[in-house]
Amino acid sequence: MKPLFANRMHATFAVLGLLLVLFIAWPLLRTVLASSPALLWQTVLDEEVRSSIWLTFYASLFATLIGFILGVPLAYLLARTDFPGKRLVEGIVDLPVVVPHSAAGIALLMVFGRRTLLGQTFSLVGIKFVSAVPGIIIAMLFVSLAHLVNAAREGFEAVPTRLERVARTLGASPWVAFWRVAFPLAWRSILSGIILMWARGLSEFGAVVILAYHPTVAPVLLFERFASFGLQYARPVATLILLICLTTFVTLRIVAGKRGRR
Amino acid sequence: MSSGVQVCDLSVDLGEFHLREITLDVAPGEYMVVLGPTGGGKTVLLETIAGLHRPRRGQVRMNGEDATATAPEERGIGFVYQDYALFPHLNVADNIAFGLTLGRGRRHRGKRRLPSGTAIEQRVNEMAQLLSIEHLLHRNPSRLSGGEQQRVALARALIVKPRLLLLDEPLSALDPTTREDLQRELARLHRALGTTTIHVTHNFEEAVALGDRIAVLNSGHIVQVGLPDEIFRKPASEFVARFVGVRNILQGDLQPAEGGYKLLALDGIQIAVVTELTGRVRASIRPEDIFIFQELRRSSVRNTFRGRIVEIADRGTLLYVTVHLPPDLTCVITRRSLEELELTVGQEVSIGFKASAVHVF
Repeated sequence: MKPLFANRMHATFAVLGLLLVLFIAWPLLRTVLASSPALLWQTVLDEEVRSSIWLTFYASLFATLIGFILGVPLAYLLARTDFPGKRLVEGIVDLPVVVPHSAAGIALLMVFGRRTLLGQTFSLVGIKFVSAVPGIIIAMLFVSLAHLVNAAREGFEAVPTRLERVARTLGASPWVAFWRVAFPLAWRSILSGIILMWARGLSEFGAVVILAYHPTVAPVLLFERFASFGLQYARPVATLILLICLTTFVTLRIVAGKRGRR
Repeated sequence: MSSGVQVCDLSVDLGEFHLREITLDVAPGEYMVVLGPTGGGKTVLLETIAGLHRPRRGQVRMNGEDATATAPEERGIGFVYQDYALFPHLNVADNIAFGLTLGRGRRHRGKRRLPSGTAIEQRVNEMAQLLSIEHLLHRNPSRLSGGEQQRVALARALIVKPRLLLLDEPLSALDPTTREDLQRELARLHRALGTTTIHVTHNFEEAVALGDRIAVLNSGHIVQVGLPDEIFRKPASEFVARFVGVRNILQGDLQPAEGGYKLLALDGIQIAVVTELTGRVRASIRPEDIFIFQELRRSSVRNTFRGRIVEIADRGTLLYVTVHLPPDLTCVITRRSLEELELTVGQEVSIGFKASAVHVF
C-alpha cells in the first residue's frame, strides 16, 4: 500500500475524506463530552433509562438470533444455488433497507396488528405484538435482516464449492459438509453480519415506535425525553446510549477481527 | 477393496459443459487416464462419476452395481483437485483425518463405530509416512508448497481407503521438477495400493507415464480408448492425431556412454539420447523429427537404423510411414517425398534422427 500523501490526488482525496470522518466523529464526540460525569452517573441510576437500554439490547439480540436461524440458510441458498425468482428473493431481502422505516412499521402493523389474522393467532398463545416486546423484536428483525443475510451470502460465496465437494467424497453428508466446511469458513463474514444486524437493531426507531411506543426502547426513550423536556434532559441519555453502543461495537469488532486473522 | 467402474452411455449438461454418450469401462485396479484439451468437460466427467452432478442420461456402475443415484458420500471415492482444495481452516493432520472423523456415508458405515482418537492419529501418521509429509502435520495448508499441498490432498483422499481414486489434473499446477516427483509418487502409490484410478489431464507425457490405458475426451465425447501406444501410434481420428501428435513412444534402459550422450537400449538397438535421467525410462520421438533415406548414408544425425516399411497411412497432404526395426517407428513425410523416394510397403529403408530429438521422460 502507498503512503497517504504519495501525490496530489491522494492528498486531495485525503482532505475530502477527512471532512466526512469529522462530520461523523465530531457530533458524536461533542455529545459524549458535553455531559459531566456526575450527570451521566445520575442518568445511569435512572431506572427508566437502564431498563430501556437493557430492553433494547436483548430485543435486538433476540431479533439477531431469529435472523441467524432463518437468514443463514437463506444466505447459503443464495450463494450456492440457482433457482427461478432468485433475483426477486434477493430484491425482497434488500427491500427493508430502502423503505422508510416508519412505513415498514405501518406495514408490520397491517400484518401483526391486533385485529389481523396473524395477530389474533399469536394472541391465542399469549404473544402480542402491538405495544409489546415481540413487536419491538419483529420491527428490529424487519429492518436489519438484510445486513446479516448479505454478509453471510458473501461469506459463503467466498468458500470454493470444491471444498464442500471434497468433503462429500470423503463421506460427509450435505449437512456435515455445511457444518464442518462451509459454515466455519464463512463464519467471519457471518459474525460481522451478526454484529451489524445487532447494531442496526439497537438503533432502530421508526419501525419500533409505530409497533410499540411502550415498552420504550432506548431510541424511543431518547425521543420522548427530547420531545417532552428538551435538549438539556435528552443529552445525558444520548451520551450514555452512544457510549454503550460504541464500546460494545468496538469490542466486538476487535474480537471478530482477532478470530478471523487466527 | 478396489472396484471396477463402468460408465454407460452417460450424458451430462452442466452450464456450458455437455458430456455426450460417454462409455468407459475401468477394470478393478486399473489406472485409466482421461486425456483431453482444457475445457473439454474432464472435470465434469469426474465429478459426475463421484456423484456430484446428476447425469441427464446413462449410468455409473461400481462393481457391477448401479450407483447412479448413490450419494457421493456413500460411493467410497477419493477425489483430488488440481488446486488441492485443502480445508484452509484445518491444519495438515486435521485435513488428512477429515474423512476418518465422519465415518463413511450411511450405507458404508452400517453399525461400525468411528475410529477412536488414537486410531485416527495412528492412521494419519501412517499415511503421512507413505507420502513423506510427516514433518508437515502441524502446519497450516496455506504455508505449504504446491507439491506438498498435493501430497496432503492425496493423503486425505487415500486415508479413507477409497474403492476409486479420481484425480483431476493433479500435476498441472506444479512446477516441472515437482511434477516429475509427484508423477513418480502417483505411480508408486498405485503399485503399492492398487486403487482403481481415473486421472484426467491434458498432458500427454503424464498420460503415457501413468496410464494403463488412455481415453481421449474431446468436446464432451470419448473419441478413443486404448493402450498409450495405440493412441499415439494409431490415432482414431484427425483430432486425436493433432491433439496428441502421432508420437513414437519407447521404453528402455539408459546406459552411460561417452560424448555427453547416454544410450537407450531396447529391442536389441541402442539409441543415443541426451538426458540427466538414469535407469528404466520412456522416450518419445516426434514423427516429423525422423528422416527417411533410401540408402544408409553418412550424416550428422546420431541415430541411423535400417528397417522395413510395414505401413503407409494416408492423412491427406501428410503420410505416416511406419518402419519396423524393431521397434516400430513412425515418421511423417509429404506426398511429394513419398513419390520422389518411391516408398512402398515391404521396402527396406534407412531412418535417422538426432539424439536431441529424443525426448526422455
